[in-house]
Amino acid sequence: MTGMEEIRQTFFEECAEQLDELETGLLAIQDGSADSETVNAVFRAVHSVKGGAGAFNLDTLVGFAHTFESVLDLVRSDRLETSEQVVSVLLRSSDVLADLVTAARDETAHNAAAVAEVSMALEALLGDTSSGSGSSAEDELDGLMGDFGFEPVQVSLDDLIGPQGDNRFRILFKPNRDLYARANESMVLIREVLSLGSGEVVCDMSRLPDLDALDSEEAYLSWGITLETNASRGAIEEIFEFVDEECELTIEDLNETEDEPASEDVDREVSELLAMLSAGASDGSNSDDDETDFDFASVGMGIETDPEPEEDFDEPGFAAPAAIETKHEPVAAPAARKPVEAEAGPKDAGEAGDDKKAGAPPSTTIRVDLERVDRLIDLVGELVIHQVMLSQSAQKAGINSSSEVILGFEDLEMLTRQIQDSVMAIRAQAVKSVFQKLPRLVREVCAATGKDVRLTTEGEYTEVDKTVIERLSDPLTHMIRNAIDHGIESPEDRIKAGKPPVGNICVSAAHRSGRIVIEISDDGAGIDRQRVRAIAVNKGLIPAGANLSDDEIDNLIFLPGFSTREKASELSGRGVGMDVVKRSIQALGGRVSISSQLGKGSTFVLSLPLTLAVLDGMIVSTGDNTLVLPLTAVLETLKPNSGDIREVLDGASVIRVRERFIPVIDVARQLGFTTTPSDAREGVIVLVESETGAGQALLFDAIQGQRQVVIKSLEANYGRIEGVSAATILGDGRVALILDVDALTTSNRLDAPSYNPFSVAAE
Amino acid sequence: MKTILTIDDSRTMREMLRRTLQDAGFGVIQAEDGVDGVEKLAGSQPNVIITDVNMPRMDGLTFIETVRKDPANRGIPILVLTTESDAEKKARAKNAGATGWIVKPFDPEKLVAAINRVAA
Repeated sequence: MTGMEEIRQTFFEECAEQLDELETGLLAIQDGSADSETVNAVFRAVHSVKGGAGAFNLDTLVGFAHTFESVLDLVRSDRLETSEQVVSVLLRSSDVLADLVTAARDETAHNAAAVAEVSMALEALLGDTSSGSGSSAEDELDGLMGDFGFEPVQVSLDDLIGPQGDNRFRILFKPNRDLYARANESMVLIREVLSLGSGEVVCDMSRLPDLDALDSEEAYLSWGITLETNASRGAIEEIFEFVDEECELTIEDLNETEDEPASEDVDREVSELLAMLSAGASDGSNSDDDETDFDFASVGMGIETDPEPEEDFDEPGFAAPAAIETKHEPVAAPAARKPVEAEAGPKDAGEAGDDKKAGAPPSTTIRVDLERVDRLIDLVGELVIHQVMLSQSAQKAGINSSSEVILGFEDLEMLTRQIQDSVMAIRAQAVKSVFQKLPRLVREVCAATGKDVRLTTEGEYTEVDKTVIERLSDPLTHMIRNAIDHGIESPEDRIKAGKPPVGNICVSAAHRSGRIVIEISDDGAGIDRQRVRAIAVNKGLIPAGANLSDDEIDNLIFLPGFSTREKASELSGRGVGMDVVKRSIQALGGRVSISSQLGKGSTFVLSLPLTLAVLDGMIVSTGDNTLVLPLTAVLETLKPNSGDIREVLDGASVIRVRERFIPVIDVARQLGFTTTPSDAREGVIVLVESETGAGQALLFDAIQGQRQVVIKSLEANYGRIEGVSAATILGDGRVALILDVDALTTSNRLDAPSYNPFSVAAE
Repeated sequence: MKTILTIDDSRTMREMLRRTLQDAGFGVIQAEDGVDGVEKLAGSQPNVIITDVNMPRMDGLTFIETVRKDPANRGIPILVLTTESDAEKKARAKNAGATGWIVKPFDPEKLVAAINRVAA
């Protein structure tokens, strides 16, 4: 990756952060909780995006950001009130800005119509305020530019480089004290001028007072420079760009005055030489001269070539040759670094320190490469495993359980757990990053559906693993869309139902017993169970006479292919329904459930693990193999009575659980550990929840216990195996496979029992 | 080697400055805002400071005023990063004690030229 590409990536990462900041700030402005710092932060966010975009020549983005920023500047300076309508334009602008950033990042086309529309709305806001004052913001800026006397100068670098050339200039440079107060240095400026070509410098020290009268911050010296250069006048002016108000500067093109008679040159040279000779007699008393008179005489090595027709120079004054190499002039430099003032230093420094403390608390975050964190998590995982192994070895060796060794191991175990928790907390992030995207989503869906919804979020600082957060975004987006599209009624219907026209959706996050629980509740129509049931029957998902509880009916909407809308809406779409949501949540080791009240609304509850690095597992064995079953998948375990097992064909069997027959999956056979069917009567049955929602029965030889295990990727270390999601290392050092319940139960229906997944393991 | 202290809350801008300056043979110290800048300045003696104006916690102008209060720092040239439309800001920056300015987005050659115009 080249340097520019890296910076580009940094830019877009930063844009994402700025856009979040922008949206958060605008929402705070909307609900009235914003203070002036919020408005500043919002302005800065747009300003930052604009600044970076400029560097990458993203003109559309820069243009839009500029207009946006101009409006925010009005808000910032209290010239524009944040009425509901204004905030709505600002929010739409932030959406457009986000789109433009995305388009720039992906190098795709942006929505030109939206940009144009929102730009016009912003321009209208700019127009509103300027009509009152009689001039537009741009005019004001132009005026200021004029006052400041700065105009950008285009200079080709070639112009600047030539050592000498056809142009000859005389530059008279008389700084005033402000120049030094702003840390400019005459020396540096003169050196820069000389770098344009070759030339002579003379210093006028005539205004220099006696030492006891010398004000160390005053500017007493001035300079005359004759320069031969290829560069233009503009190049010289550019050098003095920063100090044009803090000095008197005359740049005279000597070529334009070249045709002066040679005899005058000679006369003038003579008078200047005289001036030099009289220098010794001068006491500098003429330093009280008026400000405008440039008391200057030039005597230098190059003098014989200098045609100097101007009257400025015929007044004899104290002049001394000061070739730049002699570094004569720093006398005039302010005493900024002089020790005489240093006593004031500590006090001022202390004040600066206080200023710092008075501000916001210093940043307490660092950015760390994710790979490093993951490496650490990996190592701590190893540590936990080895600690368990060591403890077990100690026990096996018959060491007294009250001995210091065992007690030490107990402390060690506690410590390693704490280290593990702390390390995993590094990967944890607040769900805020996901919640932040929701307001925009709600706005968009509302605009598309003509509904009005107020979104509230709670517990946005609840933390969960970064990967969980990343994969949470899609299902959550989908659920919110569903809630607005299918849950919340149109404003008219809501009024008819005696509800306020604006619907409410609340998204909350909280930690509950080692998991994160996210609830999405709406005050919409709720689930019409009769209708859901009818549709499910209609689609053949359930038998017509099925005896289902309310809960079971509600959960029918998670079945693949279920859609309560006859007409697929543009937003929710057909096919990509709640079943997809459920599957992606399950893939994260999570669960989703729903509760609903007709006419009152629905609540979806997502329960997710806090981390993907460890897993609460049930340790089971079949034959010589130890396996881990994710606890989240386990519904119940049972020791079957022989009467409950029914043999079906090919050694397969079903088990009767509360008047329902559930197929028994012989895990050992399924995974290819053995080809002979196990006897279900000899083993234990674990009822698991599968993808389809229906129960499945897994058959094992025995359950060993429950334990938290460290997840090791099998794909990264070995290869993918159907029916296995990952692996772990047990206390005795052996590898145990973690079962992928969904894959196991699905392949049971599709594959022959002799299927051996291990034969297709990737190399 | 001349050292430049750059102060900008934008990571992108900090990175661009760092790269440009390092390519031009300068040493670079980075700070994220005025407060950070004051802190970093305390432990270093940069030849030039380049600061953004709009920043959280302490903006560029306050930073310059703070720096100029300390006589030991009065001689350090400070360049302000501005956009072309910030004419008013340039004037205010000068009043605060800024030495010069750099217009964003900057041309690397012009940036170096501006530094050479102020760095002793």
